[in-house]
Amino acid sequence: MAEETKAPTPPPSGEPKDSAGKPNPPSVEPVPAKKPGDPAAPANPAAPGAPPKAAAPPHAPAAPTKPTGPAPEPWDSALVATLKRQYGSGIREASTYLGQNYMVVDPSLIPEFLQVLRDQEQFDYCVDVTAVHYPQREKQFDVIWILYSFARNERIRVKTMIADGESVPSSVPIWPTTNWLEREVYDMFGIRFEGHPDLKRILLPEGWKGHPLRKDYGIIQQDNEWVQINLGIESGQ
Amino acid sequence: MTDRSSPLELEQADKTFLDSNELIINMGPQHPATHGVLRVILKLDGEKVLGTECVIGYLHRGVEKIAENRTYTMFNPYVDRMDYVAAVSNGLGYCEAVEKLLNVEAPPRAKYIRVILTELNRLASHMLWLGTHALDIGAITPLFYTFRDREEILKIFEKYCGARLTTHAFRIGGCQYETYEGFEEDVKKFLKFVTPKIDEYEELLTTNRIWVERTRGVGFLSAVDCKALGVTGPVLRASGVKWDLRKAQPYAAYSDFDFEIPTGQNGDTYDRYIVRMQEMRQSLRIIEQAVGKIPDGPIMAKVPKVMKPPVGEIYHSIEAPKGELGYFIVSDGSTQPYRVRVRPPSFVNLQALDQMVRGQLVADVIAVIGTLDIVLGEVDR
Repeated sequence: MAEETKAPTPPPSGEPKDSAGKPNPPSVEPVPAKKPGDPAAPANPAAPGAPPKAAAPPHAPAAPTKPTGPAPEPWDSALVATLKRQYGSGIREASTYLGQNYMVVDPSLIPEFLQVLRDQEQFDYCVDVTAVHYPQREKQFDVIWILYSFARNERIRVKTMIADGESVPSSVPIWPTTNWLEREVYDMFGIRFEGHPDLKRILLPEGWKGHPLRKDYGIIQQDNEWVQINLGIESGQ
Repeated sequence: MTDRSSPLELEQADKTFLDSNELIINMGPQHPATHGVLRVILKLDGEKVLGTECVIGYLHRGVEKIAENRTYTMFNPYVDRMDYVAAVSNGLGYCEAVEKLLNVEAPPRAKYIRVILTELNRLASHMLWLGTHALDIGAITPLFYTFRDREEILKIFEKYCGARLTTHAFRIGGCQYETYEGFEEDVKKFLKFVTPKIDEYEELLTTNRIWVERTRGVGFLSAVDCKALGVTGPVLRASGVKWDLRKAQPYAAYSDFDFEIPTGQNGDTYDRYIVRMQEMRQSLRIIEQAVGKIPDGPIMAKVPKVMKPPVGEIYHSIEAPKGELGYFIVSDGSTQPYRVRVRPPSFVNLQALDQMVRGQLVADVIAVIGTLDIVLGEVDR
């Protein structure tokens, strides 16, 4: 039933640009534009501390290619240098955009990298865990942790990219607050968190089919079968 | 008749039901003390709570999905419907996040108006919390007092923008409305009016024996637990952590004002009450400073009619009455946000409920839900 509604749903939404048909140019993500410059950095991670600086020049010419607005700049700091020494090319990008710092890391690093951030770098408060869906990309999902350190009064975002069907290790053992946050990401995107103590839907009812914040889920789409059985009405619209 | 099978079954049934002290009961979703549609499944041993499970989502409207299908401007009124008792704060957080993304800044006059209205809204939110929290515990009078005084704030909102609750007071880039004739006088009059009223609430409760007995030592949450559970706002401060986003990472015009961050030491329901009462006084202090020196000038920055923020992501958070309210917005360069994530303080704080009521009495669950100050519209979004 849910599959049937999927196709006809987008047109009746009447929006000039519905979620399913939303053009998703590769430039959505500030990362790809900078990727060509990046390999320079992991190429010589052996020299500690030096790579971030050495990587800076190749980034600079990339910036003007952005047609509008400010571009992310490489983020050089003691924190990044330390982590790069530890993880080398696992850190794919460390940038600043509009004064906010973020890192893109390899999914294989995930539980350990977050643990290090909490234990060694004092990021003791996990503000949020969320995800973004890019259906046109091979690795469809961005999973994002927003972290804050009370001691440093600093906020960073850690981002990783995973493909549809891939799972991420749960960070509940690191920050118990991520319990409900991960459940919400699972509920809305269908991303599974490996090792989560109780991974089930949180906002939508148990037994609902579909994950509404995926881009292929229409704005007025619903699980008709669930609505008919549980609410006793033909449609929730 | 000598068949042993049926008596045995009965014996087993007895064992699981009568011999066991554990009892599972259901509280809500239609329960006046859950402040909305919250369902809590309680596992009890007599009067003692062994564990809880929250069932939420009854008020889920898919705000984040709606955002992806609206333009930045069109989505603005929707945020008021999340924490509907502090709609102004929601709007402030959203507008500032989009402004950051657009790289524009609201003019100083707009910032001051924003601070005044947001702090008035904080007062209104805390008043509603106090009235309902006290009512849950058994004191009826504070509800009438706080609703009477909250009305004065809503009147100012109504005069300013025509709405009382879902105000939609701010626009991306500033404020839509100039202050009305006599706005400053109204606010000053209100400050004079409300200061003794807060003393009045305190007179009713602060040393009231029943109130103290019902709140002191109830729903304890340590500072370490608060940080681990991501709890923010007055709940975090009552556990002794001096952290307020208005000071830690000032936004709007908060860096211009002199105010304290009240903290508690014990992390119990009584301390959270004291912290919120002091916060109300600090809010008055901020409003008093702001209303005296609202700068002249425009109230709107130059923002394009069709907003197309450059490709990128932003996270911006503010200190809402309930804690850290954050917006994570991803722009793909079009007129509609590619993704809007709301980091709701109520949602995250509610998660601490289990930790706070474990081992406590069942009557304290009501007190703890009240002291967490949740709004289900924000929990479920």
